[in-house]
Amino acid sequence: MLPLAPMLVPLVTALLAAALPRHARLRRGASLAGAVALLVCAAALFVRVSRGGAISVAVGDWPLPYAIEFVADGLAAALVLTAALLGVCAVVHALATGPASEERAGLHPLLHALLAAVMAVFLAGDLFNLYVWFELMLIATLGLLVLGAEQRHAEAALKYFAVSMLGTLLMLAAVGLIYGATGHLNLAALGAAALAPQVAAALPAPVTLLLLALLLKAGVFPLFLWLPASYHALPVTALALIGGLLTKVALYVVLRLLGGVFVNVPGLLVEALGWLAVITMISGVLGAAYHWDMRRILAFHIVSQIGYLLLGVALASPAGTAGTAFFLIHNVLVKAQLFLVCGLMWMAAGHHDLRRIGGLYAARPLLALLFLIGAFSLVGVPPSSGFWGKLLLVREAFAQDRLAWGGAALGVGLLTLYSMSKIWLEGFWKPHPETRPQRSFAHAALSPVAYLAALALTLPILALGLYPEPAMRHLELATQALWSAGGQR
Amino acid sequence: MGLMLAITISIIVAVGVLLLLSGELFRLVIGLAVLGTAVNLVVFMTARPGSLTPPVIEPGFTTLPAGAVNALPQALVLTAIVIGFALLCFSLVLAAWLAQRQRRADVDGLRATEPAPTDAVKPAILED
Repeated sequence: MLPLAPMLVPLVTALLAAALPRHARLRRGASLAGAVALLVCAAALFVRVSRGGAISVAVGDWPLPYAIEFVADGLAAALVLTAALLGVCAVVHALATGPASEERAGLHPLLHALLAAVMAVFLAGDLFNLYVWFELMLIATLGLLVLGAEQRHAEAALKYFAVSMLGTLLMLAAVGLIYGATGHLNLAALGAAALAPQVAAALPAPVTLLLLALLLKAGVFPLFLWLPASYHALPVTALALIGGLLTKVALYVVLRLLGGVFVNVPGLLVEALGWLAVITMISGVLGAAYHWDMRRILAFHIVSQIGYLLLGVALASPAGTAGTAFFLIHNVLVKAQLFLVCGLMWMAAGHHDLRRIGGLYAARPLLALLFLIGAFSLVGVPPSSGFWGKLLLVREAFAQDRLAWGGAALGVGLLTLYSMSKIWLEGFWKPHPETRPQRSFAHAALSPVAYLAALALTLPILALGLYPEPAMRHLELATQALWSAGGQR
Repeated sequence: MGLMLAITISIIVAVGVLLLLSGELFRLVIGLAVLGTAVNLVVFMTARPGSLTPPVIEPGFTTLPAGAVNALPQALVLTAIVIGFALLCFSLVLAAWLAQRQRRADVDGLRATEPAPTDAVKPAILED
């Protein structure tokens, strides 16, 4: 039952929060309690899995390859815990800062529905289930996109819808074709069936189609333009959750499928993924260098960081997968933290565009410190969590003689430093461009609780940077289990 | 049966892609729905249709009769249809709302989130 809890708790919370449209206090209480309960469940699951190994639940009392299976292994449990922490921080941030209009329009139910879908993708052991939960993620995101109910929100939602729907359709077609070729939907059974020679011969095309759909959802070059075109219409809270999690969820599925299920995909495909990763890294960071709107800079950095993750997938080795898993957790935390900090900067200075703000270092030193920690981690300055993530990936790339891939990863780090220092110089260092800022600094009602959410994300980032050993060990064990499960079949 | 379905699917896909690329809001949304139908047929086809034996275990037996239809893809298609229909309704409302707001229904009019830059080297400032 424990593996189902991280998905059931947010679903129940979403229903509760949706059922209380008139009772603001009750709704907020339910939302916070649900988020905390989710964190407790996730922590319990994590402890259980790291002590006793993977647990699986077959829903509906059917024998296993036919039942709907949910599997919590080391990798899934670690990501569930990370996402649950993000959920609590997002809800706390929403309670402290969110405008009442967004909340009345259904912010809390949608946040929890999104969390439920994300958790379910992490835990799903079944290909069709993955598709269904991706749809729920899409629906919740669309709801969050149109919360503001202005023209730009509807536009962003339509763009997001069109591209994501195309991805979802490709995914459904691929799931159908894979089922047609193997007769299975369960991931473990699929992995076993894929080893038979005549089945393996039929698989490359549908698997590539599935990868295409997932890479579209992950925002890999050249399919990433929907991301910076739509994300900035989201409310800050949702932006932290979506920017932190969604694209990475798709990449997690890629990691899982290539690492433990379709282990003998053609080498050409893996090679192509590596080069795509390099182009994604570079195009993302160049987009970020061009932009001046903080949300857009960070959105392009999502794309760039997805490149690193895909690089780790393309290295296709246990060490590469372990590095990717570490980078995944680091990146989820850092991205969400930076989006929350960027939301606080907006509240304190009055604008998202760096040309319209400034002077935040003098006005909000704590905010500057939080931003610095997040930015250094994103860039990968030692000893930050990003440094260890990049170290693992680049070391493995060089060990495999992929000099171009490793070199690109290092060069992109430098360009990341450029756009982070742009935010620092323009947002924090230079004086505010208006002599008598109207909205800025008058927005002084930044409650300590608003800082609390960003701080709660900063602490694990610091911990991952200063003492990465336990997390690395856990993920190494988890990915070794994944790889040996794939290799045994 | 299989060949006929395959030809049908390819025609539907062609129509869907044509609608998608027309650059008009409503055609885009309908195009996605049409593509969805084609994909549903693909999933339906994985059951290898053609058999007329229903997947029902006759009284006195414990297994399906030989050559029974595989019912699982139909269940999958049913799920996909329900989700796709909900999303179609949502996106139609979205497109109608947008078309009403900006008095034009082509995708080139969608510039509120991405205004054209006025400066030669810097992007436009988003006011919100």
